[in-house]
Amino acid sequence: MTSAAPVIAIDDLSTRLGGVWIHRHLNLEIAAGEMVALVGGSGSGKTTLLRQMIGLLTPTQGTIRLFGEPLFGGGVARERALRQRFGVLFQQGALFSALNVFDNIAFPLRELRCFDATTIRDLVMLKLEMVELLPQHALLLPAELSGGMVKRVALARSLALEPELLLLDEPTAGLDPDRSAGFVRLIRRLGDELGLTVLLVTHDVATLAALTTKVAVLAEQHILAYGMLDTVRQFDHPFVRKFFYPLS
Amino acid sequence: MLHAHYSETRGASGQIELLLTGRWTLRALAERGAADAAWQDRLRELGRRDAVNWNCLDIEALDSVGALLLWRCWGRKLPELLLMRPEHLHIFERIAAADGEPAAVVLPRSPFEGLIVLGAGVLAVIRQLRDFVALLGLLALDLLHLLRHPIDLPGREISANIYKSGVRAMPVTALVGLLIGIALSYLSSLQLRQFGADMFIVNLLGLSIIRELGPVLVAVLVAGRSGSAMTAQLGVMRVTEEIDALATMGVSSSLRLVLPKVVALAVVTPLLVLWATALALLGGMLAAELQLGIGIGYFLETLPKAVPVVNLWIGLVKGVVFGLAIALIACHFGLRVKPNTESLSANTTAAVVTAITVVIFIDAVFAVALRGVGVPKL
Repeated sequence: MTSAAPVIAIDDLSTRLGGVWIHRHLNLEIAAGEMVALVGGSGSGKTTLLRQMIGLLTPTQGTIRLFGEPLFGGGVARERALRQRFGVLFQQGALFSALNVFDNIAFPLRELRCFDATTIRDLVMLKLEMVELLPQHALLLPAELSGGMVKRVALARSLALEPELLLLDEPTAGLDPDRSAGFVRLIRRLGDELGLTVLLVTHDVATLAALTTKVAVLAEQHILAYGMLDTVRQFDHPFVRKFFYPLS
Repeated sequence: MLHAHYSETRGASGQIELLLTGRWTLRALAERGAADAAWQDRLRELGRRDAVNWNCLDIEALDSVGALLLWRCWGRKLPELLLMRPEHLHIFERIAAADGEPAAVVLPRSPFEGLIVLGAGVLAVIRQLRDFVALLGLLALDLLHLLRHPIDLPGREISANIYKSGVRAMPVTALVGLLIGIALSYLSSLQLRQFGADMFIVNLLGLSIIRELGPVLVAVLVAGRSGSAMTAQLGVMRVTEEIDALATMGVSSSLRLVLPKVVALAVVTPLLVLWATALALLGGMLAAELQLGIGIGYFLETLPKAVPVVNLWIGLVKGVVFGLAIALIACHFGLRVKPNTESLSANTTAAVVTAITVVIFIDAVFAVALRGVGVPKL
């Protein structure tokens, strides 16, 4: 078993994009069961770091290990098995626009080629129930959904393969305060229920306070501060002060 | 990783004691796979029996896939004799809540299915025609508006479209024209030589290329190249709500997006026809020189006598009409794109196919209407 290894381990990571260093000597470790928020100013490389963790970008230097295993190498089957252990919620949802809600959630399950149609139907309906959507929403197309529903369907799809790690990119962006509070409650509840490790990128202090056990501040090309919210809040740095106390 | 596992022991009173262990998760079960059908069948059979004591306390991990497998074995209810950890039991509460969903509604097939499909098709065609006429009307209104406010003429857009669909199309039309000219000339010369009618290669090539092949060839290339690009561009602008953004700024999308494309293609297509025709004739001349020994000088001298100049005008007018038709059809389908990828591809395909079909239809109309014009009597 690999449960002793941290779920995400980033070691001495440096990234160079378009001749500019985005990250230099960045280290971060996230243990199982934690809910960590990654915060940072615009253009500080939060999304780049997230894309590197899910293997869409490769770092210039350094390594990223998920569940104690490297992201790349070891053959297609191993890489795919590793990728099935985490789910990603993209900022815009990234639902397949030509497929309806049901097929969007069923897609990763069908790709496994292990389940028959009835099992997949039951699983999709269960996922819909988990994200508090109604069965009749299953036949809608993504274009017919409201912003909050798109996020819920995307969350259901990212949970379809029973991941151990959930990565969320700006989960509350574009939602009104009421919806975003509801969505945050949903993530918190599912995280507790399913025993997920959660990493989210966010700008929203309210989301952060409600959801996370730890906060990582990305500034000046590395993780400036990493710890409990109250500890990080006291950290003396212009960005941290501006982020938590924007009006002072 | 420990797989999902169960072991049976028979109790004193004839009861079956069933001990479930290991990981009942998606990954563990997927690895076990469908290969182990007997394993699942036995579990299902046990699920149907009453006198089974399900001891699930030692299950290491249970997710909704594993839970669903058990739930279905049990006939969609919890068994009477069950030992289970509360956090696992919670998953079954969720499944029970999601259960009993009405199955997807399947409408009964109507006996008039064929008629309904036919009717829907006819209505769709009528709707398309209505939208097309509406687009024409909008453009007519835009032209009236431009007559009164010439300052609103979208000059930069027209110029950009002329460059994109005209200047950038010159290499490909030149290459295709040249090759068609060579191929046609070679094939015809083989036939003509058999009858000793070598000299008529000039009449044959001149008339067919200038009047017929040049315009149609260019129209097909323009429809595939610029028409599809226009549909895709307007379609993506619909998907990303850019057209709505233009409307809220008080900018007419038909004036700023559709009109420049229509004007540009109406200007550019006849010019491309001229260009492609010239190169096709050049190719034909070269092939005639090599194959039949007809000199380029003789060819150029005979061409005006063999082919009256009115044929060139017919070709150019066809070019204008084809350009108008392609641009209008491309924009019509572009504005019909719904915000999903499937609709984008379907409309782009429809635009190109319709444009080429309409071009050939118009060409046939021209051929019938102008059958007495420009054909030299010998």
